[in-house]
Amino acid sequence: MSAGLIACHECDLLQREAALPQGGIVRCARCGAELYRSHPHSLERALALTVSAIVLFVIANSFPIIGLQLEGQVIQTTLYKTVTTLWDEDMKSVAALVFVTTIAMPALQLSAIAYLLLPLRLGRVPAHFGPVFRLLQTVRPWGMVEVFMLGVLVSLVKLAHLAGVVAGVALWSFAALMLVMAGISAVFDARGLWARAGALR
Amino acid sequence: MTRSPASALTGAGLGLLNCHVCGRLSRMSPAVHEARCPRCAARLHFRKPDSISRTWALLIAAMILYVPANLLPMMKTSSLFGSQSDTIMSGVVYFWTSGSWYLALIIFFASVMVPLLKMLALMLLLVTVQRRSRWQREQRARLYRLVEFVGRWSMLDIYVVAVIVALVQLKALATIQPGPGAIAFGAVVVLTMFAAMTFDPRLIWDSLEKRDG
Repeated sequence: MSAGLIACHECDLLQREAALPQGGIVRCARCGAELYRSHPHSLERALALTVSAIVLFVIANSFPIIGLQLEGQVIQTTLYKTVTTLWDEDMKSVAALVFVTTIAMPALQLSAIAYLLLPLRLGRVPAHFGPVFRLLQTVRPWGMVEVFMLGVLVSLVKLAHLAGVVAGVALWSFAALMLVMAGISAVFDARGLWARAGALR
Repeated sequence: MTRSPASALTGAGLGLLNCHVCGRLSRMSPAVHEARCPRCAARLHFRKPDSISRTWALLIAAMILYVPANLLPMMKTSSLFGSQSDTIMSGVVYFWTSGSWYLALIIFFASVMVPLLKMLALMLLLVTVQRRSRWQREQRARLYRLVEFVGRWSMLDIYVVAVIVALVQLKALATIQPGPGAIAFGAVVVLTMFAAMTFDPRLIWDSLEKRDG
């Protein structure tokens, strides 16, 4: 119903949907919020980026991020080890916060996107499309890979005068992951996905 | 803006509910309290429920915790030469005096200014909405988007503490332990993020309508 009508999610103004050139963005006429955008091959691009993000995420979590070099010894830490150290230091709430924002939420986000997009690409609508989509929306603001990346860089500088600092494999994969995830949110077209799912049903 | 206020048709004004998950419009009578989107089954509301009081509650809690977050130490360093506690500001001062002024600026903005400005901005939005103000609507809508976008960067200091604590556990040289300030600071970030999420920016524009949305 109400075909062609769209309400701004930030000011509730009703507007008629406009046809859009490829790569264009539609903004609300009243408050300027982004209503939707069109990307050529949005689904394929988002899916490709998600697959690479999953690979990068696994690498970023299984190798050390940075290490300290001291008297021939190298002390390294992985992301997961920062969480367990905080936990052991009796900072359980902070440990949980780090775990949720850098591991759990990005993992959930990537798997939810893959779960939604892969079947759609193959011409099927996955079961529980609506709830998983809702989960994705809830999870999204809590994934903070890019903030963590900046945090690692700051600590790198902070520690550099204490001992030699060695960048680990995971540092580079985190940097790449940050860029790829920014790419995913740039090409992700929620409106197009619902239209596609609606057409397939 | 050249549009006259009366010509602005909103979803709520016509009894159309906008689904916040999938963007589908559904027609509901305003009397209905519990409605679900026929396409994605998300709960539908004309406006976020109790937006103003919930946002105030979260915001006040965040403002209270902002005090210990800045006064209590984030990190405690103990070495052979004694021990030392670092608050957020002493970390900023340390970077500033040791020549890394750009890092001092980054940390100062992310950890001190962003949470403070975010709380002030939310307060401004809440007060103007409660007064049904028509002042600078477009700018206030923009301010809300900025608050939503920028809030996450305050987590920076938490991550710095996490990484440094995990690395510096060399018993011979020094140990660094997280301090209670980190807990308060993490709580401030989470609470202000929730506060921004519970605030409904559509309330900014509702003063245009005669009927209460």
